[in-house]
Amino acid sequence: MAILITDKSRVIVQGFTGKIATFHAEDMAKWGTNIVGGTTPGRGGETHLGKPVFNTVQDAVEQEGADASIIFVPGPFAADAIMEAAEAGIKFCVCITDGIPTLDMIRVKRYMRAFNKENKMVLTGPNCAGSISPGKAMLGIMPGHIYKEGRVGVIGRSGTLGYEAAVQMADHGIGISSSIGIGGDPINGSGFLDHLKLFDKDPETDAIVMIGEIGGSQEAKAAEWARDNCDKPVISYIAGLTAPKGRTMGHAGAIVSSSGESAAEKVEILRSCGVHVAVRPSDIGTTVAEALKKA
Amino acid sequence: MDIHEYQAKEILNDYGVQTLPGGLAYSPEQAVYQAKEMGGEIWVVKAQIHSGARGKAGGIVVCKTEQEVEEAAESLLGKRLVTHQTGPAGKICNRLYIESGADIQREIYLALVLDREKEQVAVVASAEGGMDIEEIAENRPETIIREPVEPAVGMQAFQARRIACKLGIEKSMLAQATTTIMGCYRAFTELDCNMVEINPLVITGDHRIIALDAKVSFDANALFKHPNIAECRDKTQEDPRETAASDRGLNYIGLDGNIGCLINGAGLAMGTMDMIQHAGGEPANFLDIGGGANPERVAKAFNLVLADDGVDAMLVNIFAGINRCDWIAEGVVEAVKSIDMKVPLVVRLSGTNVDQGMEIIKNSGLPIIMAYSLAEAADKAVEAANEHVKKKGAK
Repeated sequence: MAILITDKSRVIVQGFTGKIATFHAEDMAKWGTNIVGGTTPGRGGETHLGKPVFNTVQDAVEQEGADASIIFVPGPFAADAIMEAAEAGIKFCVCITDGIPTLDMIRVKRYMRAFNKENKMVLTGPNCAGSISPGKAMLGIMPGHIYKEGRVGVIGRSGTLGYEAAVQMADHGIGISSSIGIGGDPINGSGFLDHLKLFDKDPETDAIVMIGEIGGSQEAKAAEWARDNCDKPVISYIAGLTAPKGRTMGHAGAIVSSSGESAAEKVEILRSCGVHVAVRPSDIGTTVAEALKKA
Repeated sequence: MDIHEYQAKEILNDYGVQTLPGGLAYSPEQAVYQAKEMGGEIWVVKAQIHSGARGKAGGIVVCKTEQEVEEAAESLLGKRLVTHQTGPAGKICNRLYIESGADIQREIYLALVLDREKEQVAVVASAEGGMDIEEIAENRPETIIREPVEPAVGMQAFQARRIACKLGIEKSMLAQATTTIMGCYRAFTELDCNMVEINPLVITGDHRIIALDAKVSFDANALFKHPNIAECRDKTQEDPRETAASDRGLNYIGLDGNIGCLINGAGLAMGTMDMIQHAGGEPANFLDIGGGANPERVAKAFNLVLADDGVDAMLVNIFAGINRCDWIAEGVVEAVKSIDMKVPLVVRLSGTNVDQGMEIIKNSGLPIIMAYSLAEAADKAVEAANEHVKKKGAK
């Protein structure tokens, strides 16, 4: 069943006609993604990659029944693009854009709270590599071929570390139900806990991998929830053991600023919640394999 | 992006936060001139460096005569000040802020920060000013006041008043305190700050509320909205390696180890650094060349990593997703040929076309150590660095 995206998802690309968006739209289609069109303000009515271009997300929803979107709009305009998608009735939105001002994201999150549960959009990112349900569809910029179909759910902040995990798991013959990138920014559209709950309910997911990093307390909160509510094994790796305090390590969200945020402290909390922790990033595959054996 | 105290004060002044009279000086003569202009009997010569805790490092000198001002300026200008926030290299002092003295009755801590978890801006204040917030949190946690602000409507006057009352500010100064706190909030949100910290905010004998120090940092992603703020950047306060990197669009952080790292993706970069440490080594830097690594970026990144004399071995770890390993391998080979590599190089590629990529490196005839897994790459890099250190010692 997978979570959030399937081959049924009707996907639009926001910022459709840009160079990078075009490249990835073509690539996503290769992995089963049903792209029904895209938006570029001012170019409505044109055709791009054989699909219609719309001026607004609302037009795309009304005319093509779009229910998912992927955003490639530049940082200064991306917050606006997210709110436009939420308002138009998009159900799942992946924001790839890196460099959205933090206060813009705070406004976006506040805006999204105004929608009731049935009309609420799930946002992943910004600053993420995207999500994939292998064999069904991909909304992202990942190398689709490294993902093997299977029954383990993956949630991660980092793109490349997620690839590393997918490859290590495939080497052990383990496949993925869905892999969700939540992004490296301080304010995420959705987090570890949101997707852990979805995977917990998904009958086609047997175990969940969380690939976290220093900064914030999301990983710890998710682990505490799993301890009390989730019977599926949870496996985790936390990057940034060597990171100096107070410095931003590439991802704006990866900064240790208060207690409980360092990698060592997070590992401690995760362990105490019964999470299988891979201490070294090279042990992610092995740790997942062992956890599945025990389960 | 950080700015200097005098710049922060100028900005906050525009938002109704009161400060003491003061002036900027680049030389001892200018310092004396500023003191004369201001008049009075007491001046404070303050080193302008991007760091807190300047007082403990000797960066703040109270002077009673013009001669003392001149001497203080002479000793501070051009000096590197080391605080617990600057690291052992310290930060160079090229500018001084000469401020008049004040009759301080009370010191308060006031800051506005980003609460990631609640996704809003919050005021953090304490009646125990003068100490670091970390010290306050440890010694007097009960004095910390937190006031979150609803982003849809912004800070309301009652919130600022409530903070002022909890701080025990006298009735006659409540309006002043409210103006100060609301002003900080407006500056924070209108200018896209990451942090506004006034420590201490002081109450003077003549019933004024004044920012005695001010630290403001900005969201680099929002600087496009505020070109005048972007101009406040002072590159002399940055690690030159990091400045060079950011000018080239690379994300670099200098560290103290001896294994230079060149990696794509922030997560994988952190993971690789962790692997180096598990293998018994220490990374010399964090370097993320971005998800879309191309040969030119690889070449630029090589130069940057090797510019650090402390590097005894270099580790390249690239996961080619959208790119292809063969393309990255060509970039690595080109880069190595164009520079005089004095240290051993370990390369690990994975992802698309990995076999072709490794083949290119093997056939290049260059002395590149190849690794196939993350663990192997880290082990080989640590081993190579240790051998290089031994060889250096033998010479």
